[in-house]
Amino acid sequence: MSIDTLHFTPLAALAGGLLIGVAAAMFALLNGRIAGISGIVGGLLRPQAGDRGWRMAFVAGLLGAPLLYRLFASLPDIRVDAGWPLLVAAGLLVGVGTRYGSGCTSGHGVCGLSRLSPRSLVATLVFMGAGFATVFIVRHLFGA
Amino acid sequence: MNILFSFIAGLVFGIGLLVAGMANPAKVLGFLDLAGNWDPSLAFVMGGAIAVGTIAFAFARRRARSLLGLPMHLPGARHIDRRLVGGNLLFGIGWGLAGICPGPALVLLGAGYAKGLVFVLAMLAGMAVFELLQRRAVAGPAAAAG
Repeated sequence: MSIDTLHFTPLAALAGGLLIGVAAAMFALLNGRIAGISGIVGGLLRPQAGDRGWRMAFVAGLLGAPLLYRLFASLPDIRVDAGWPLLVAAGLLVGVGTRYGSGCTSGHGVCGLSRLSPRSLVATLVFMGAGFATVFIVRHLFGA
Repeated sequence: MNILFSFIAGLVFGIGLLVAGMANPAKVLGFLDLAGNWDPSLAFVMGGAIAVGTIAFAFARRRARSLLGLPMHLPGARHIDRRLVGGNLLFGIGWGLAGICPGPALVLLGAGYAKGLVFVLAMLAGMAVFELLQRRAVAGPAAAAG
């Protein structure tokens, strides 16, 4: 392992992380809910009375974030290397997996670890481990 | 009121992802590539978010109602089972293939990336598959046979 000093941005990462923490804190204290994106989106596919509005509003906020950001600065570098078939496969796996596993990077990784939940700790270790292993296989074994 | 704060929370969350560089799948993959040229940024994002989150949830946990007077919906599940492990295994593989998880996917879509749109549609399809399998499981084998 070598540290990628060219791309490592500790201060921006920490600042962005603090903002994500503030969003999760607001949502827990004001709305009484977990800011777990997969759960918020997945719940839209299970219609319940009075449940749609806040979910749609949260999603609208995420969609609107780059528009707001662009009013003050140009968007940061974004590069999607995955081709179309890989994107579809990845999206399907993320969709099914996060619903079976009851959460994703936000619900388990940020909120769950903040709540000191053993369940979320296991979830985070599993998805991180699977992510590390997948990238290792794709980049270093297949050499893509 | 709760709709407005929901929107603001989503907005702040998305801005946080952009500031952190986490809306950039190449950067996320740089974190997941331990054996390559490793970019530890994602660990700093998690650290910052969890530092704030730990304080907030310590307060939230003790409340019966939210500051807006809404019932608290914090998870109480504690069991670690095959669903949790299997689901997160699939999620991690998908995350490692493209470097995209649900939050950044929506930010990419909002930023107008066609690849964000395709990923989100595939993700929704995956979630719909889960719902169908769930309903079938709840309806029981008789309904499935019929």
